[in-house]
Amino acid sequence: MRRFFGNKNFTVGFLLSAAVVLAAALSLLWTPYDPNRMSALERLEGPSLRHPLGTDQYGRDTLSRILAGAVNSILVGLVTVAIGLVLGVALGLLAAYGGRAADEAIMRLADLLFGFPAVLTAILITSILGPSMVNAMLAIGIFYIPVFARLTRAVARVVWEKEFIAAARASGIGELAIVRRHVLPNILSPLLIQGTIQFAVAILAEAGLSYLGLGTQPPHASWGRMLNEAQTFLDTSPWMAIFPGLAIAWAVLGFNLMGDGLRDVLDPKMARLR
Amino acid sequence: MTDEALLSIENLRVRFRTPEGTGTAVDGVDLAIAAGETLGVVGESGCGKSVTALAVLGLLAAPPAEIEADAVRFAGRDLLGLSAEERRRIRGREIAMIFQEPMTSLNPLLPIGRQVAEPLRVHLELSAAEARDLAATWLEKVKIPDARRRLGDFPHQLSGGMRQRVMIAMAMVCRPRLLIADEPTTALDVTIQAQILSLMRELKEETGTALLLITHNLGVVAQTASRVVVMYAGQIVEEAPVARLFEEPFHPYTRGLLRSIPVLGGRTGLEAGRLAEIPGLVPAITERLAGCRFAGRCPHAFALCRENAPPLFAIGPAHHARCWLQVHPERRRRDD
Repeated sequence: MRRFFGNKNFTVGFLLSAAVVLAAALSLLWTPYDPNRMSALERLEGPSLRHPLGTDQYGRDTLSRILAGAVNSILVGLVTVAIGLVLGVALGLLAAYGGRAADEAIMRLADLLFGFPAVLTAILITSILGPSMVNAMLAIGIFYIPVFARLTRAVARVVWEKEFIAAARASGIGELAIVRRHVLPNILSPLLIQGTIQFAVAILAEAGLSYLGLGTQPPHASWGRMLNEAQTFLDTSPWMAIFPGLAIAWAVLGFNLMGDGLRDVLDPKMARLR
Repeated sequence: MTDEALLSIENLRVRFRTPEGTGTAVDGVDLAIAAGETLGVVGESGCGKSVTALAVLGLLAAPPAEIEADAVRFAGRDLLGLSAEERRRIRGREIAMIFQEPMTSLNPLLPIGRQVAEPLRVHLELSAAEARDLAATWLEKVKIPDARRRLGDFPHQLSGGMRQRVMIAMAMVCRPRLLIADEPTTALDVTIQAQILSLMRELKEETGTALLLITHNLGVVAQTASRVVVMYAGQIVEEAPVARLFEEPFHPYTRGLLRSIPVLGGRTGLEAGRLAEIPGLVPAITERLAGCRFAGRCPHAFALCRENAPPLFAIGPAHHARCWLQVHPERRRRDD
């Protein structure tokens, strides 16, 4: 533990991210106002004691909506990284150990997916499947599969050359058991680092898709959606855009810093190279 | 090549097919180990001794390796004819292996107790508790102090010598009939080497396992083995009982190896002469050689050596050497 908190990046990133997670948890129990409660009398108000971060064009409380939006962002991060990790690690291991044909097939597919601009393909997927938060998560998650597959394949190959794998094979342990008990634990830290960073990217990507109207649908609160709605009132009510924007920056910065810090601590060789 | 041999290898050939060409790492090796015997296999790096062991265990990736043999028999079974799954069941259960690098041969993220217990769970299907108990017994047998309390230790908490003891425990838990030790002491301090060797001798006595000891260190062989095989460039060049090999080495390569052992207290300080060496390098495995493979480095080599590869000649009782000097003794230079 001390090892982690001795690292400035990790500590700052952890505190920022923890605040987002806490905000999300809090919003499930309590928000100052119902995030979807409209009030014709309180439209487009600036920050005040009653509404610390102001209100939007329907009189909804921005603070409450940002808190509720945090749930959305965390959920997107969790689900997309989970999709990427589960399928990416499985495919990466298959590419690393499943023979040449499997390797070629999986890696060329990954190249193909990498060849497309991510945002364009995400737009394509959401416009085919229909705009919704679930489809946005799918679209982002699919992009994470090759990211994790490539990483897994690379580090798994390095681990396979280690002598303790040879020793395990010499003691007659089956290949699957070796992968599970000896390879997986030894590739966990790079996956954890990558996962944290992709978490940040997912938050940004979901905000982008929602901003374009392809992600979370109204009336649900989403930071990207809020930016979209604020656009019309940028001249008169800039706070409507500033606060969700800050929330996105806060969360992305937090998870990114945490990922960097994790890398510094868990992978000292990489840290020195940078 | 007697019938009661535990492991007998006949005419083993291992080639590696690479984009740069095909290399022959092992070229026609015959080996036999009787139950309970200790056979030393000696040679420089790259002479094919480790590849031979890995081929026996079925641990060489094919491709790029191509393994052929007239027979590889272990306890009456033809190893090369077995399926991958059948060979896996033999590894660790009946033939175990320990490696050179104790620092990297243990999984850094698993407690040593679990690593020693793993073969037990896989091969003997013991419960976690039974395997843990037996693992503790074996850690005691390899003289890890306070073994029971150290089951949860991670490899980084142990010294190199302790880790090699753990490796030995891991290899021996299932009481294999053959233990292959590939340079088991090379990475260790001299004092620790002696401890590990005597530990291996003790365990061997106790379990009756046969030992195939691969090393480049003739001193290790002298202390441990009863019979020695000297390999050079993928072939056996000399084979003899250990005492005979040290007293009457025949092959110029064996003689060179013996001369290049530093003698402690033999010559000291300023008078210390230069340690004898064998000039030149082992030929690359991709080289195609006519004649004797050692001819290029041999002080006695003559025309015949460069043109025709010598067969393995009988030199004396249980003593063979692959050298034309057997039939042309007059060619041996006096000073050797």
